[in-house]
Amino acid sequence: MDQIFRIYEDKLLKSGLADPGAPLLGLLDARLSWNRDDIACAELERLFDHLSINSLVFSQPAEPYRSIVDYLAETSGGIIFPGDCETRTFLHDLPVSFNFSSESIILALKERKSVIIPGHGIITYGTVGLEQAYVTFSSVCFACFVKFFSDYLFDVKHGKINNKRQNLFDLLVKRLDPAPCFKASLMKGPFDSAMSVRKAIQEAGMLIVEHRLVDSYFGNISFCYNDTLYISQTGSSLDNLQGFIDPCPLDGSSCTAITASSELPAHLKIVKNTDSKAILHGHPKFSVILSMDCDIEKCECRGQCHIKCPHERFVGDIPIVSGEVGSGPHGLCNTVPEAIKDRPGVIVYGHGVFTAGQTDFNRPFKNLIKIENDCRAEYFNRIR
Amino acid sequence: MYGWCGKIARLNLSDQTWSVETADPEILKKFIGGRGLAGYYLSKRITLNWDDPDMPLLIFTGPLVNTRSPTSGRMTIMSRSPLTGTVGDSSVGGSFGTELKKAGFDGIIITGKSHTLSGIEILNASIHVTDACHLAGRQTGYVHSLLKGKGSTAVIGPAAESGVVFSSIIVDRHFAAGRSGIGRVLASKNIKYITVKGNGKTKIFNTQDLRKAREDVFRLAAASPILLGEFGISRFGTGALYDLMDARCMMPTDNFRQTKFSRASLMNAHAFKKRYAPKKIGCRGCHILCKKITKNRTSIPEFETMSHFSALLDNSDINTVIRANRICNEMGMDTISAAATLACFSEISQKRLSPNEIVSLLLDIGKKRGMGTELGMGASTYAKRLGRSDLAMAVKGQELPAYDPRGAYGMALAYATSTRGGCHLRAYPVSHEILRKPVATDRFSFKGKARIIKIGEDLNAVADSLTACKFIFFAASLEEYARIYTAVTGIKTTGQDLYKTGERIYYNERIMNAANGFTEKDDDLPGRFFDSPGYKNTSIDIDPIDREAFLKARSNYYMVRKLDKNGMPVPDMARKLGLVVL
Repeated sequence: MDQIFRIYEDKLLKSGLADPGAPLLGLLDARLSWNRDDIACAELERLFDHLSINSLVFSQPAEPYRSIVDYLAETSGGIIFPGDCETRTFLHDLPVSFNFSSESIILALKERKSVIIPGHGIITYGTVGLEQAYVTFSSVCFACFVKFFSDYLFDVKHGKINNKRQNLFDLLVKRLDPAPCFKASLMKGPFDSAMSVRKAIQEAGMLIVEHRLVDSYFGNISFCYNDTLYISQTGSSLDNLQGFIDPCPLDGSSCTAITASSELPAHLKIVKNTDSKAILHGHPKFSVILSMDCDIEKCECRGQCHIKCPHERFVGDIPIVSGEVGSGPHGLCNTVPEAIKDRPGVIVYGHGVFTAGQTDFNRPFKNLIKIENDCRAEYFNRIR
Repeated sequence: MYGWCGKIARLNLSDQTWSVETADPEILKKFIGGRGLAGYYLSKRITLNWDDPDMPLLIFTGPLVNTRSPTSGRMTIMSRSPLTGTVGDSSVGGSFGTELKKAGFDGIIITGKSHTLSGIEILNASIHVTDACHLAGRQTGYVHSLLKGKGSTAVIGPAAESGVVFSSIIVDRHFAAGRSGIGRVLASKNIKYITVKGNGKTKIFNTQDLRKAREDVFRLAAASPILLGEFGISRFGTGALYDLMDARCMMPTDNFRQTKFSRASLMNAHAFKKRYAPKKIGCRGCHILCKKITKNRTSIPEFETMSHFSALLDNSDINTVIRANRICNEMGMDTISAAATLACFSEISQKRLSPNEIVSLLLDIGKKRGMGTELGMGASTYAKRLGRSDLAMAVKGQELPAYDPRGAYGMALAYATSTRGGCHLRAYPVSHEILRKPVATDRFSFKGKARIIKIGEDLNAVADSLTACKFIFFAASLEEYARIYTAVTGIKTTGQDLYKTGERIYYNERIMNAANGFTEKDDDLPGRFFDSPGYKNTSIDIDPIDREAFLKARSNYYMVRKLDKNGMPVPDMARKLGLVVL
């Protein structure tokens, strides 16, 4: 039991989501275990009595998330409504409990996968394990971050920023991670075996996580070798892809890739329709934030930007396209493959960035960083 | 009343009378519909023999049926199982559930026994029992054709009439209520078919909220590689799982003697698609359309059938798989039990079955001739008669489906604790152990699995009661379906409230089984899984399951499920759930 707790404590710390000593993790099978003693355990034990859950994460998030989450919660009126893709698809909205009582927390968690208690932290749960609770915790932090900076940008343009918010913004900017920077080199292609392809994918995955270009360790990576697309599995941690890469023959002769990333259709279309063989997809924050900044107020598709946008939009030479996760009529597999042709990458509205390269992951990785840094610079340009 | 019709039909075949009772709204809230509500009504008679005329056969839909709720066109058929003696039920698609709601009923309770072979015809709140003697021994496809124009059809085949204990009921020609031998119960009542047609509407409490909740579910389904992805079940049918089971080295092969089938790549969903170019169909109101049929209306086998009629029988003739599936459907037999019984026969007789032998034995079972007479009693009874019970790969007498438990320990526990015997769908741990949803769990560990299995069982009890397709829960959760339920019925609820309802439904089934003498001895797996390894190579070892670890997990499960240490229901817990120990 201790080992599983350590894994998720480490994940929370390494991804900058919590400070050392903050996470309280609970796991219930026949008996309930905690990763440490805490005064909150007694109150939180009652959650396991009232909810069909088997795991729980409670933690004050690390900065800058902590200040963001508290601010959004306090100004929310009870529910936070982020507009990013992850929230829209998986979390829907983020309930807030204004007191740390099991009754209030249970009420919120009966409805949704997480609850924010301002001044105390975030509680998330899983029905099959801590991984689920961890992913939700990470998604809540990501969604709040994106919402705070998106809302700020919008309100700055409309002259609606008060002093309190401005001061918080200034403080948060100082606490931001430094812009990602990478000067070394990844494995060089062309690759001569499936084994080296897998290693190259694993290496790219590690670096994406290290450079914090994804949330929840998610995103997806693929490489096409010998008419087979090797792609990270759905829900896999990009920094630990050994054993979690699916081979997908391009002729469709095997369905093994049924466990591949949700974005497999987009990856397949890109390799089939372009010269690209190496594809990266991450969720770098400022790219996501900037993709949601649109000045066309009288647009007939306002509110539906994630599924249809009638305008051509760019950050520099990088197109911003609509598209939802996976397949279906509004899936990003219908927009990204066309848009990425002859471009360094594509940003999907409220979601993330795709980059592609022909021989290895060097160019797509550098482009992913460049796009994020360009978006970050452009964000601060726009608020001036 | 929103969601429900509020009416339940009672048909007594002995005197051919029927009546309509008003459903108690409190009972509807407590048991929802489908499996839950059928279980509520079954519990009053559960200690009767399955063929006692007073033993009811229950057909129940749920409040979401005949609405625009996603994947909610299903129903449950339930009675006491002739195969296992446990609660016996089968969730089935097609359009029967929807038509039953349109006719004005949430469910129908059939008791008694018709004097001669008969049919039941339901048309807009009226019920007629008709003569069906001319259909005796007829195959299901023929009967479906004759009944064209009478709405949705549920038909038994010759197998049920001749006493096969794993007989199915075939709905709308392509959809099988396969498990538990439920077709045999209908035959015992001398009923060959049921038709239903109606034009009523189900009242929705809040259509706007329903639209919003639908969108949430559709978005999740689109994001699901398993449902609507490039290699998902919408494109390939449930056979899409075949390659994955092969890759994970957990495909039951040679009557579970092995877990890897060397010719799997030639027998997969792609091979079927290439050879038969099937088109998509689905249950009423479903957008996933996982059912595949050929141009001449032959069903492409589901994953379980595909796997068991190839790997389990060491058969690499794809056409035999198609033929076996067709024979089972025409004869009205559960494909899983039929194939597993043949595999048991093959091992006991130490004879690999040729494609022709597979086909002719299936026909013999369906027509109760030769060896088929013995095999029609199911693997457990057949093996027991020959003193080789150890070679029947079954739990509580129901033959195991196509996931080897040595390759997924949650599945091992779920098989053992299933209230209807060897079944993968009660807890459906394939979702997280293999398909990585909602997140991946360690398939070679029992750690945490007791509670995970219990939660899965509760979830699927709710799904079967709403009624919604279990597949949608690879993507959505009760969080989204609670909003759909509230929008349809007007009853405020949450996902967690629904879990509590699922717990009640499942506990009720444990109570019924306990009343019929089932104990912890029955919550067990065949010995083979504890003493024989599966596939081994340099990268993976499918080891025997550690017996002690299994027993510990089962003991944990009893604790989590709030049963006593022998797996028996506890009056206090029953009372808390609003139930009574029988």
